[in-house]
Amino acid sequence: MTSLAFALILIVPVAGMVLLALISSYRIGAWLNVALSATAFAGSCLLFAVPMQTDTFFLVDSFNIYLVALNTLVGFTTSIFSASYIAHELEQETLTRGYLRFYHALYQAMMTAMSFALLSNNLGLMWVGIEVATLSTVVMVGIYRTAQAIEAAWKYFILGSVGIALAFFGTILLYLAAEQVLGEGAAALTWSLLVNDAAKFDPALLSLAFVFLLAGYGTKVGLAPLHAWLPDAHAEGPTPISAVLSGLLLNVALYAVLRIKMIMAGNAGAIPPGPIMMFMGLSSLIFAAIMLYRRRDIKRLFAYSSIEHMGIITFAFGMGGPLANFAGLLHMTMHSLTKSGIFFAVGHIAQAKRTQKLAGITGLAKSHPVLAWSLGIGVIAIAGVPPFGVFTSEFLVVTTTFVRQPILAGLLALGILIAFGALLMRLQQVLFGEPQGPSHKVSASSLPVLLHMGLVLLAGLWLPQILVDWFQQVARLLG
Amino acid sequence: MQGFNVDTSHFLAGAVLVCSFALLYQARLFALLNVFAVQSMMLALAVGWQAHVQQAGHLYITAALALVMKGMIIPGALRRIVQNMKIHRTIETVVSVNLAMLAGVGLTILSIMVVFPIARMAGGLAREDLAFALTIILIGMLVMITRRNAISQIIGFMSLENGLILAATGAKGMPLVVEVSVASSVLIAFFVFGIFIFRIREHFDSVDVDQLSAKRGDVE
Repeated sequence: MTSLAFALILIVPVAGMVLLALISSYRIGAWLNVALSATAFAGSCLLFAVPMQTDTFFLVDSFNIYLVALNTLVGFTTSIFSASYIAHELEQETLTRGYLRFYHALYQAMMTAMSFALLSNNLGLMWVGIEVATLSTVVMVGIYRTAQAIEAAWKYFILGSVGIALAFFGTILLYLAAEQVLGEGAAALTWSLLVNDAAKFDPALLSLAFVFLLAGYGTKVGLAPLHAWLPDAHAEGPTPISAVLSGLLLNVALYAVLRIKMIMAGNAGAIPPGPIMMFMGLSSLIFAAIMLYRRRDIKRLFAYSSIEHMGIITFAFGMGGPLANFAGLLHMTMHSLTKSGIFFAVGHIAQAKRTQKLAGITGLAKSHPVLAWSLGIGVIAIAGVPPFGVFTSEFLVVTTTFVRQPILAGLLALGILIAFGALLMRLQQVLFGEPQGPSHKVSASSLPVLLHMGLVLLAGLWLPQILVDWFQQVARLLG
Repeated sequence: MQGFNVDTSHFLAGAVLVCSFALLYQARLFALLNVFAVQSMMLALAVGWQAHVQQAGHLYITAALALVMKGMIIPGALRRIVQNMKIHRTIETVVSVNLAMLAGVGLTILSIMVVFPIARMAGGLAREDLAFALTIILIGMLVMITRRNAISQIIGFMSLENGLILAATGAKGMPLVVEVSVASSVLIAFFVFGIFIFRIREHFDSVDVDQLSAKRGDVE
């Protein structure tokens, strides 16, 4: 059964990837893409049914199993959105059929690489997974071949590669620290062994490894000041890619940081990772919140909002402890669902108005009521208004911080409020201004947006006990 | 024999580092390409020597790859691109030579100070290799920062990667080194030639990254 689940998540999509590269009809390609994503989601559901196990290469525990499920779910809904988005792009002739084959194959490559990174027990393999996922998104960001898209892809490639190189150097240092205890070979990179023997590692070498790994994977998370690639990559690529970048890839990179943090926690002599993560998280939050006010491009606006929320999540995990970890996990989930939902709405809006500039998108409530309301609900949810799930998790983060670090809680709340103001101000213009510019009909499927927002609303109103127990268990695991 | 083995590996790693310094001050693209090719060949020797000393046969693959891909094919192909685009006469205005060299020396001192006290336990062979490798990585970044040309930036990145391979092969028994080096060579070739350089050229008739920056979607 376990091997069946792994086959569905990892092997079927790779086989499908080859097929997608060969199919020239975009309709078949798009539906095959949806089918493959659904298969991966089914596989991840199957993982819940089988006993968790750990071997040399793969690791299944309560932490990554839920992230794999979240990843494949969002991957599945995004593939549905992508099918209608791409059909429209093809009509507009911004994309050609040849590139679409490429696009669908890369979409599967990225999804599989992320699942692979999440499931691997070997830190070297995890690095490979994250690198493959990053590089496939680089190509997709540049797929429109406009000057702006190439600039964004180039910047993403250069900064992403430097980040990934630093992470690899950190992995080498971690191997050197572990090798003295666990001996040469694959054992010294196997996470489940490292975490047990962390106390015996050389603290200084471990600390240095952590600094490189945090800088490397932190670039991928988009933590300030390493975030420069993120807004451009979100704004210039196809919108389905913005949705998976924000909703999934940032989480996977943070997952890698958290796995390293768990090793660090086992060694008393090494630098404590918490304060560094709290500092980076808080500065990302405040920086991004202020930057939100000056955005002129709707996709960039929500890209900065992603930096802001990754800051909050990193802060919560940096704080540690069962409650803060619980809040971090919940916020990770809520942000993924809400932000990808917002990007679905934004994608259709940009197609309806033929522009991404905020100045050109006004008065949607009159011209496109359905799109306007799906965006409106999404923005209200991400800004942290009750009764949505984002409110619950942000509230938890702020209150736990208030008990332990009142001053930081003040800064945290300030950052959240600044961002709140910026988002509502923009939303008001977009929805209720005077309609202007071109306004085309878009035949979009609202199903993905509604599904995401429904889940977020449900989580805000009533969090199932089984999910609470699950998150509490993971929170204890994270220490 | 032990002393000779260690000395030789230090000598070869040092040679790779010297090439990194030479990369810093090359103003012409052809010269930059040549220095990079020499660096990759030195890396191939250093990795080959590690394969011999550690009796790790699989490292010979990494060495061969460094020699053929990075020492010959990639520089050769880049050279053709430079010729076709008629930019081989370009002289880049970079940071002044003195300043770049000073920064390079500073980075060397920094990495020695960081690595030596920390890696005390990690055995002599790995320790010096690690310091050399970290310096090469940092200088690679310096090249990427100071250059304004897409081809020079790629070379900076590849020299950074040479440092990574040096570090990985110096860590005895490190798994996945060969796989990673194969994968990265393929990826670099794919990116450099397939996608970027041709596309950047299509749009700008130049590979100057400054022209790219002007096309940022969010210029205020």
